Amino acid sequence: MSAPVALPRWADLVLLPMVCLLVALLVAAAVVAMVGQNPAVVMQALVKGAFGTARGFSYTLYYATTFIFTGLAVAVAFHGGLFNIGGEGQAVMGGLGTGLAALYLSNSLPIWAMLPVMLVAGVALGMVWAAVPAYLQAYRGSHVVITTIMFNFIASSLLVYLLVNHLRPKGTMAIESSLFADSAKLPSMQQAFAWVGVDWPASPLNVSLILSVLACVAVYLFLWRSRAGYRLRAVGSSPSAAEYAGINSKHQTLIAMSISGALAGLVGMNEIAGVNGKLILEYVGGAGFTGIAVALMGRNHPVGIVFASVLFGALFQGGAEVTFDVPGFSRDMVVMLQGFIVLFSGAMTYVIAPALASALRLLPQGVRHG
Amino acid sequence: MDEASLGAMLASTLRVSTPLILCALAGLFSERSGVVDIGLEGKMLFAAFAAGAAGSVFGSITVALLVAMGVAVALSWMHGLACVSYRGDQVVSGVAINIIAVGLTVVLGIAWFHQGGQTPPVATDVRIQPLFPDGGNWLSWIPFLGRVLGEGLLTHSALVYCSYALVPAVWWLVFHTRFGLRLRAVGENPQMVDAAGVSVKRLRYTALTLNGMLCGLAGSYLVLAQSANFSANMTAGRGFMALAALIFGRWHPFGALWACLLFGFLDAAAIRMQGVPLPIVGEVPVQFIQALPYVLTVVLLAGFIGKAVAPQALGKPYLKER
Amino acid sequence: MIDSAPTAVQMQGIHKRFGAVNANVNVHLAVRAGTVHGLVGENGAGKSTLMSVLYGFYRADAGSISIFGQVAEINNADDAIALGIGMVHQHFMLVDTLTALENVMLGAEPHWLLTKASAIVRGKLEALMQSTGLHVDLNALVSDLAVGDRQRLEILKALYRGAKVLILDEPTAVLTPQETLQLFEVLRGLRNQGTTIILITHKLKEVMGLCDFVTVMRAGQVVQELPIADATIEGLAESMVGRKVNMGRVDGEPRKTGDVLLKASGLEVRDAMKVLRLTGVDLQLCAGEIVGIAGVSGNGQSELLDVLSGLMCPTQGTLTLGSGQFNASSWIDPQTARNLGLAHVPEDRHARALVMAFGAWESAVLGHEALPDYSIGPWMAHARMKQATANMMERFDVRPRNPVLFSSKFSGGNQQKLVLARELGQAPKVLLVGQPTRGVDIGAIEFIYSQLRAMRDAGCAVLVVSSELDEILALADRVIVMNQGRIAGELAIADCTEAGLGLLMTGGSQ
Repeated sequence: MSAPVALPRWADLVLLPMVCLLVALLVAAAVVAMVGQNPAVVMQALVKGAFGTARGFSYTLYYATTFIFTGLAVAVAFHGGLFNIGGEGQAVMGGLGTGLAALYLSNSLPIWAMLPVMLVAGVALGMVWAAVPAYLQAYRGSHVVITTIMFNFIASSLLVYLLVNHLRPKGTMAIESSLFADSAKLPSMQQAFAWVGVDWPASPLNVSLILSVLACVAVYLFLWRSRAGYRLRAVGSSPSAAEYAGINSKHQTLIAMSISGALAGLVGMNEIAGVNGKLILEYVGGAGFTGIAVALMGRNHPVGIVFASVLFGALFQGGAEVTFDVPGFSRDMVVMLQGFIVLFSGAMTYVIAPALASALRLLPQGVRHG
Repeated sequence: MDEASLGAMLASTLRVSTPLILCALAGLFSERSGVVDIGLEGKMLFAAFAAGAAGSVFGSITVALLVAMGVAVALSWMHGLACVSYRGDQVVSGVAINIIAVGLTVVLGIAWFHQGGQTPPVATDVRIQPLFPDGGNWLSWIPFLGRVLGEGLLTHSALVYCSYALVPAVWWLVFHTRFGLRLRAVGENPQMVDAAGVSVKRLRYTALTLNGMLCGLAGSYLVLAQSANFSANMTAGRGFMALAALIFGRWHPFGALWACLLFGFLDAAAIRMQGVPLPIVGEVPVQFIQALPYVLTVVLLAGFIGKAVAPQALGKPYLKER
Repeated sequence: MIDSAPTAVQMQGIHKRFGAVNANVNVHLAVRAGTVHGLVGENGAGKSTLMSVLYGFYRADAGSISIFGQVAEINNADDAIALGIGMVHQHFMLVDTLTALENVMLGAEPHWLLTKASAIVRGKLEALMQSTGLHVDLNALVSDLAVGDRQRLEILKALYRGAKVLILDEPTAVLTPQETLQLFEVLRGLRNQGTTIILITHKLKEVMGLCDFVTVMRAGQVVQELPIADATIEGLAESMVGRKVNMGRVDGEPRKTGDVLLKASGLEVRDAMKVLRLTGVDLQLCAGEIVGIAGVSGNGQSELLDVLSGLMCPTQGTLTLGSGQFNASSWIDPQTARNLGLAHVPEDRHARALVMAFGAWESAVLGHEALPDYSIGPWMAHARMKQATANMMERFDVRPRNPVLFSSKFSGGNQQKLVLARELGQAPKVLLVGQPTRGVDIGAIEFIYSQLRAMRDAGCAVLVVSSELDEILALADRVIVMNQGRIAGELAIADCTEAGLGLLMTGGSQ
């Protein structure tokens, strides 16, 4: 997925994603202008909405938390040589696991036992949901892209079925489960800040943010510091060299996808345990696909993913605010921009990279070999 | 079940399957040429929007159809630019098209029509009407079957009949013409085709053009024959179901046809079966039936019900090596 | 008199360079019409390059080509086909899921309607099959055709496109002896009908049996050209190999070898198409010797390396390596081989030996990542890895001395030195090396040779596979020649002669 070797390394890692982002922004701005909005005004309102207030910033980070999980999921799979489009379904299953554990056990377990159980349940279900397509790819040759797309649909059908037929309290109309007991709720950031005497506005932002940062550190350590990660990256970069080294590609496929699914499953901790306190229908809402954009922009590295997640969180939060401030603007513009980013950072890099390389050649030597 | 409901089921199946068939045939051209097409959903959605927008603005079926096909072809060419002319990842490009379509259709919809993303309903004369207004009664002289077949087969619009007619047409094109031979070859071994002096790029772009036209028809159907207007996300996963049907049908036009009919039947049956207990099994949850096409495709891909062998060069960018 | 026959192909003064390598130097080739002309030479002699120039895959740096007396500009395969030149490659260009007929037709269909086109082509093909004696089931899917049939199909394809000059590149590499005889029948028939045939081969028996004329190439130049009536196998072999043996060696006393460290018996390997690649191979490696496997590449040497290192499983055979015993039902795997003291420097540096996307410091531990030198528990010890890589680079003079540079950024020679440093650094008991200096610059070659000799002197058993005979002669104490998947002969270095080796390499002595 990287640009051809013609670009120097710094350009490949930092400049190229920024150029791709810029192109995506320009195209989106063109569309915005075409529909009669002022891109500069929209951008200003967006930035203000996302970062201008503590509350807005909290929302930004809350969205970012989910995107970090799904972005890491896609990135780990990429490092293993696989494209995981199933993040959406794996996140649904993760939330389902977290929610089911809470529904059945939250009345009997104290918070310090309940939350870990919920975490494990969410991770386990997400992992399984990715491991099955991985097994089918490694041992039966079924293409993982198609099977994970199918599994996305199966997961949402399963969620609807359970909510409508089994989890919905009798006599209610809303398609959601009953509320969890307090032991199943992750403290919000407002609460957490209150413990240290800081006044922080209310928002969905909760301590799963810390979990997401921990996940970033864990993924970094795993991929670049552990032997297991070394083997996974070897298989992802060069299956023939890995075979020479005695590394089993099939095992690595399973491991990569399982970890990927587990990470996507953590979305449940943010959305179900952290925010909603009950199982609902739309807690994933496309985050699996945003995760693809985040991973592509972040060049599949945890640090890049954090930046990209905050960027997308800002787009979603700022986008919501802009809807209030600028008439005619809707959140769909953010979705559209997201699509452009996937397009230019993902599919069109081979179109943009040579142009960038030519442009760099026009610069004096010293600047180029930064 | 009585004749009327059987007839209605049959009619419903055929109608629901129509956009699936058109999309599956579109995917067939692309994938047979070696280009993965995850973007069927996005192209169909955008085409539906284009048909709705053009239909309500210009008030003409022809214009609506042409605009829809044009838009879908443009998206297919963009996919081709990224993946055929350059070495872009085909899956990522398809995912991008889907996301862009979801967002851009609503953005343009709100900007142009101010109805929260919907397009205004097209006028009645822009809608594709049933071809034989009284068709349902023609066979009523045959006891029982007459009403079923009449209601089921003869009450459809020209576009529906056209779509079913396209299946043997595509079959003939792919298996009985020079273009079809070259198309099949380029999806298996593009080096060989190149060495034989035929342009791989031109073949793939032609396939993508046909792909776009068919997606355009599929999207148009949703608006001009089914709902009368475009609403956000109205394709609701049909593009992926069509892809599943294509694979389930082993990349063959008739296989895809039967798969689409099966999936369409399941969709039509799902609502009707709600609350109706089946013998032995009891009541089948509607979500299970909705998930069944996807489950079946996975089972097929896992090799448990026969083998599905994709075109060999599918998904690999073609690089001229020398 | 044959000399009055028109010249079908005249190549004059062809020069072709690839970077520093002179693949063709002032080559003259005259192929008379209606004859079978053999083009023989070792790997790297320049015969494949010459034919690629004729077929339009390359453009010569200098020289001219005339086809049937007309000067020709051949810029691509289409030009060549238009001039009546057809080529049957070693790797077939066929679509498995289509029928034989459809494969021939593709690109030259006479009608847009397939049924009409098929009828026309079938008629022409059946006439062609009758006149040439080349029979293929036109309705069969290529995937159902045996290798010999596929090759016949490739020939039919070329003839259908109007080839008057047919180039065949090592056609018998994939054929059984039976199929080879059948092919020769067909080729003779074609020649009798006026087709001109150029046969690229290193198998002298075939040349003697089939060709009318033969051109011998060596090191990019034409060494000899003569009618077959004036040629002998011994003479041709000597021309092909034609170098002073034992040049540049400092031998001292004859070597004393130690214990047998690796013993393989009865190795048989078949490839994915069930073609036999190795048959009845017995091999012994003793401590303190370098065994060189000589032979034209494609005669089973690669498979031998893969089997011995555990990358491939044989259909028959046994292996004893140190304390390990293996047979075909439970063969060795690469990790077990390493644990038993075997090191392998692969032929394919890019695909096997290094992970190009990794930094040098990560590639430097490939295969050994679990060793305590490089791991602490489940973690990789970065500092140790980088230090170890720096040491390797120092000892083996790898430049630039930058352990964090991407593996792909090093030149071929430095990559090879890094791989050697890695493998030799484990003090193996048995060392397998494939093409030790392929793509390596002159400066590094002597260094690599000295390292291999040092391993031998320290008691290691070294196996070197090389398609460069010069290399084998410079390094080996004992030379094993492979031909067609068998061991054709084994000689101590002192007993090697040009003629003897040439005969063994070309199957001439059997």
